[in-house]
Amino acid sequence: MAMTLHLDVVSAERELFSGTVSAVFAPARMGDVGIYPRHTPLVTTLRPGELKIEAEGKEDQYLYVSGGILEVQPHVVTVLSDTAIRAEDLDEAKALEAKQRAEDALRDQKGDLDAAKAQAELVRAAEQLRMIERMRKMRK
Amino acid sequence: MAGEKEIRTQIASIKNTQKITKAMEMVAASKMRKAQDRMRATRPYSQKMLNVIGHLANANVEYHHPFLIEHAEVKRVGFIIVSTDRGLCGGLNINTFKAALKAMQDWQQQGAEIDLCLIGAKGTAFFKRFSGNIISQVSHLGDTVHIGELIGTIKAMLDAYTEGTIDRLFLVENEFVNTMTQRPKVSTLLPLVPEDNEELKHYWDYIYEPDAKGVLDELLRRYVESIVYQSVVENVACEMAARMIAMKSASDNAGELISDLQLAYNKARQAAITQEISEIGGGAAAV
Repeated sequence: MAMTLHLDVVSAERELFSGTVSAVFAPARMGDVGIYPRHTPLVTTLRPGELKIEAEGKEDQYLYVSGGILEVQPHVVTVLSDTAIRAEDLDEAKALEAKQRAEDALRDQKGDLDAAKAQAELVRAAEQLRMIERMRKMRK
Repeated sequence: MAGEKEIRTQIASIKNTQKITKAMEMVAASKMRKAQDRMRATRPYSQKMLNVIGHLANANVEYHHPFLIEHAEVKRVGFIIVSTDRGLCGGLNINTFKAALKAMQDWQQQGAEIDLCLIGAKGTAFFKRFSGNIISQVSHLGDTVHIGELIGTIKAMLDAYTEGTIDRLFLVENEFVNTMTQRPKVSTLLPLVPEDNEELKHYWDYIYEPDAKGVLDELLRRYVESIVYQSVVENVACEMAARMIAMKSASDNAGELISDLQLAYNKARQAAITQEISEIGGGAAAV
């Protein structure tokens, strides 16, 4: 019997993959890694990139991960995938944004709901644009 | 007794209101189902993450992450309070705020100051008037919340803990018990206490890439974020359930009002007819 390992790919929002596979290829922080059954225990962070899943008698599957954590045990591999694009400076900017919002909310005693909503939508749109931009760069 | 016409217009207006509340009830019901599915979908992640953390905690790492260190003296505590963006959902938010205020009072009596992180527009509107210091805020997340929208808000609090500005971090959220019951809950986010789980006691000698510190940093940060994210998703389900119930009782009340008014209307109409007949009869007799 061919050796297999169990792979779980989960993100904070949902389960992406769960099943028996023969090998996984992941974009680890220090370079891409290929994991076959009975790999030595390993914990590493992931770069944004493609996760390739090979299963016996099936076509290869590709999953895009925008970062996360990979845990390897001899027969169980867990990928905790990020759904959001993470980067230290981006996180920092978001934290500042949240603080700014708190100040705005305090100053604006009326609580202008529409303006706040419009702004929230604007922020979301900008976020998506940024993500698309990054994905496009990565493709090249 | 009010005239026929007035009663008729009143009935019509209540019927309109009832239509709206009925529609809102049905919308909330279908959204609730979706929100519950999403709530369930978030569970595997934190489950897996707990496993990994459990493995790492047992794999004796020399490095102690700031999130795991308990501050002996408590001078300032942080609260993350999850609320809804919109109203018309019964006592859901008020119950949460009451639970939060009670916990805050307990800490204030011990001489601790309060920092707040507010998720949801209702919480912001409520705690603006409160003396607590609002550190960060996020609202208008919609029904489908993405974790990316919460990262900044949570990071502000986590950084405060790492820097030692706050000594405890609590999460005030709603627990979805079932459609009828949502219970406010206050739980400790930081310091993190790793659970003792016999199943996870198996010792793995891990290789860390790039190093144990980097991995733990990312892992713990994501873990806290995922807990908050889960509570926000759960809160959406709670909101929809509470709104469904509130709208259902509003529709029922409208129905009762309508039947009362209908009765009054019929009485008024009959009284008018009787009066008319007797007037005609009286007139005929006089001729």
